[in-house]
Amino acid sequence: MTIDYHAILPELILSGTILVVLVADAFIRPRRTWLAMPISLAGVLASLIAVLTLIGSPRTTFNGTYRVDNFALLFKVFFLSVALVVLLVSLRYFREGRWYQGEYYYLLLTSFLGCVLMPSSRDLLMLFISLELVSAPGFLIAAFRKSDPRSNEAGLKFFLIGVLSSAVMLYGMSLIYGVTGTTGLYRIGAALSGTLSGGKQTLAEAAILFIVAGFAFKVSAVPFQFWAPDTYEGAPVPVAAFLATASKAAGFAGLLQLMFVAFRAEYAFWTPIFAALSIATMTIGNLVALQQRQIVRLLAYSSIAQAGYMLLPFALVSADRVVNHDAFAAATTYILIYAVMTLGAFTVVIALSRESSGLLISDFAGLMRRAPLMGVAMTTFMVSLAGIPPTGGFWAKFLVFKAGIERGGLGTALAVVMLVNSVASLYYYLLVPRQMVFVEPETDRPLASPALVTGVAALATLAILAIGVYPQLFYHFPPLSTLVGP
Amino acid sequence: MSGWERSAISIATFLPLVGAVVIAFVPKEKERAVRSLGILFTGAALAVAVAIAIGFDYGSGGGLQFELDTRWIPVIGARYHVGIDGISLPLYVLTFLLSFLCAVYTWRFVPEPGKTKAFLALQLLLETGMAGTFIAFDLVLFFIFWELVLVPMYFLIGIWGSANREYAAIKFFLYTLFGSVFMLLGFLGMYFRADPHTFDILKLQAVGSSGGFSHTFQLVAFAGVFLGFAIKVPMWPFHTWLPDAHTEAPTVGSVLLAGILLKMGTYGFVRIALPVLPYAAQKYAPWIGLLAAIAIVYAALACLAQRDLKRLIAFSSVGHMGFVMLGIATLTPIGINAAIFGMVAHGLITGMLFFCVGSVYDRYHTRQIADLGGGLMQKLPYLGGVFAFVAIASLGLPGLAGFWGEVMALLSSYNPAGVLNTGLFRGFMVAGGVGTVLTAGYFLWMLQRVNMGTVPEKWKEAALPDVLAVEWVSWVPLLIGIVALGVFPRIVFGVTDGAVRGLMHLFGG
Repeated sequence: MTIDYHAILPELILSGTILVVLVADAFIRPRRTWLAMPISLAGVLASLIAVLTLIGSPRTTFNGTYRVDNFALLFKVFFLSVALVVLLVSLRYFREGRWYQGEYYYLLLTSFLGCVLMPSSRDLLMLFISLELVSAPGFLIAAFRKSDPRSNEAGLKFFLIGVLSSAVMLYGMSLIYGVTGTTGLYRIGAALSGTLSGGKQTLAEAAILFIVAGFAFKVSAVPFQFWAPDTYEGAPVPVAAFLATASKAAGFAGLLQLMFVAFRAEYAFWTPIFAALSIATMTIGNLVALQQRQIVRLLAYSSIAQAGYMLLPFALVSADRVVNHDAFAAATTYILIYAVMTLGAFTVVIALSRESSGLLISDFAGLMRRAPLMGVAMTTFMVSLAGIPPTGGFWAKFLVFKAGIERGGLGTALAVVMLVNSVASLYYYLLVPRQMVFVEPETDRPLASPALVTGVAALATLAILAIGVYPQLFYHFPPLSTLVGP
Repeated sequence: MSGWERSAISIATFLPLVGAVVIAFVPKEKERAVRSLGILFTGAALAVAVAIAIGFDYGSGGGLQFELDTRWIPVIGARYHVGIDGISLPLYVLTFLLSFLCAVYTWRFVPEPGKTKAFLALQLLLETGMAGTFIAFDLVLFFIFWELVLVPMYFLIGIWGSANREYAAIKFFLYTLFGSVFMLLGFLGMYFRADPHTFDILKLQAVGSSGGFSHTFQLVAFAGVFLGFAIKVPMWPFHTWLPDAHTEAPTVGSVLLAGILLKMGTYGFVRIALPVLPYAAQKYAPWIGLLAAIAIVYAALACLAQRDLKRLIAFSSVGHMGFVMLGIATLTPIGINAAIFGMVAHGLITGMLFFCVGSVYDRYHTRQIADLGGGLMQKLPYLGGVFAFVAIASLGLPGLAGFWGEVMALLSSYNPAGVLNTGLFRGFMVAGGVGTVLTAGYFLWMLQRVNMGTVPEKWKEAALPDVLAVEWVSWVPLLIGIVALGVFPRIVFGVTDGAVRGLMHLFGG
């Protein structure tokens, strides 16, 4: 077997960086341990450049279990960009918190390595390894604020739920192997599209159910969402940002491949499940979010509700290739735009966390006066999360609506549920701008926000507005359809 | 086509947006510069709009002018298609006129808590959204402009409004958003039902008039867009956001809300709902007429019960928009012409009424009719005179702008389109007639309580300034407009008639 080293170059660079960070930490003087951040940053940048060199014809290696195509490249670029942002906003947070910095960057990069592997994994085993690589370091960094019991709780909850979901998923995967005799996604797809004998059919459906349940934990879909708000709240804020964006997107990247490639033939069985998951997730997420007083919990429930919107396109899959294609594009676009706005919102929260440990929504009072840039940025993110034009969030929702109407029938009903939900969500998203603009601050002192954090927030705002005004920007990526076929 | 013709309306529409960005970068200490920039940008945009109105070919009938149809978002099939015709032009020019006058008014009157810079920037942002709605000929573009007004108006009400501002602001936002998302679903339905798929309003009109949409689909899609437009108008019973929003908003916000934002809804009916879904329009027309007739009578009765001057004016808007909707519901050229005339007249008159109420509040710091206690004519003769004049224009005195829209709406409902039940619409006409009497009643009663009588003791000694120079500058154009439209209704009818007939031809054919 020959290995295409160019195809895995980004991952090799990232792995090398991880080792360097780990070893270097042992030799750097304690006061300089923050140096792990620039080292990581350089590694991620190099890896990003390596990904860019791969643009072109698709490459396959490791006997077809690993594929670098447009879909994979898009997600790799996305994950590495998120990594850059999370690294940038982590620096001050972890320096000032005096938590172990070398270990943190090491674990964070390992998680991102899993993320980057995920969209290329075209094999159940590869997929499972990538997913575990994302989650396992996540358990640790969620509990990184060691002195705070809430952080311990965060890590423990995440760990217990995480291993449980992995076990369920792995069991489902073993059943699929039993039914089809293969672990390759494309071959599973081919095997399932043939006729299965009665018993095998039942077994395949049970397996799909297990796997979907496992992923539902990862993307915090109702009824598997309980861990998310507690974990986000207890974890260090940059880690919460990572969990709500990259980790969730990794789950969706895996789910997209499984559902649109491996299990598409069985859509009649699983689309109703996704319809129910989607409705329950968005409705419960929004209803609970309405009651939140703490910003990270608000964002956590918002991210649950948003996961509901992302699950909706899965329920639209049918025999119609055009609709499948549009649903796939809608889900992918939603995940990417969602990540930008959520990451932006967490960035503002990180800036605020330096002076408010409780991170209540009322701590945002008068922020528009105290830090106009942050105020405008946060308003943009909130309005965008609610899906109001002219922001990026509108197009994300628009594409989902559009796919729903195109599908007709069930799709139209789902679109109606989703839009009632998105109107209701506006109420809690506006709570934050309301505090920032309408309520007088206790102090007029400007918010001392680190330059890196401010810069990231400004960049995310520009991105959201640019996508909002000229969404064509977003579609200059190579066609996303490589996975769903011609 | 020259570059000017291709880009003129885009320039006028986006100049305010540029202004908003420029103002955002001026240091907030430079108050005068901020205010000057506000007047400068709205003035420049108005100048471009006037130039467009001058360059407009009034003889050409229904076609689009100053049209630009170019690539925007190919992946979803949305194009940047803008243009202007006889239906858009009066509303388009009105938008720039009112926005400019509001900027002039802001030179002197910035409501509490100040923050002139943000106030003007939001006003300018709002202007772009409003103007864009009237020129968009692509459903997606239309929707973007339509929604663009929400965020600025939310903040205008929420920051600079009166006591109950936050409630009014969120109610306005949620209510209109709720309607517009259903409208969006209707738009998407139209897109997928049209073959080939298109968001282009002109192409959809062609599909609609040639029977390209099935009857069932039309009924469903009409319900969706109806909800969006009806809430914006607002039609009874979707009007409950309006009294709160108008009453709590700062003067400038009320002027723009009443003057232009409401017209976006009625314009949507004329531009999109009727021509694209003609069968459904015929089926729904009696119901729309019914709601309109109820709105006219209900609003008049509600006005009789108001104690707050501004709330009274706000409710009167519901009634006036009822006349507009009644005209639209008749599905006749006369009715649609009356509706557009009514929109423009209502924009001038009610805008002016809100200016007056704002200035009364500025002097007296109360809007309660009982607290004002009468004698406005004696205390502030000019302000009282202007107020009386505008109130009388609003009740529809012949010779002033308010008259034509109402009387022609009633006239058209005497003889509605052939497919509609004549008897029913004559019933609506009677209800509308009763409404005009009640309208005259509450306006005259209001004048009696506010303008007439003697000045109460508590105001006798108060030094209250009469109409200021800034107010004259921002009001005179509106006052002239009210007289001019009353005496020469052709100013509007001459512009709209060709386009309306074109539209109705499409509709009937």
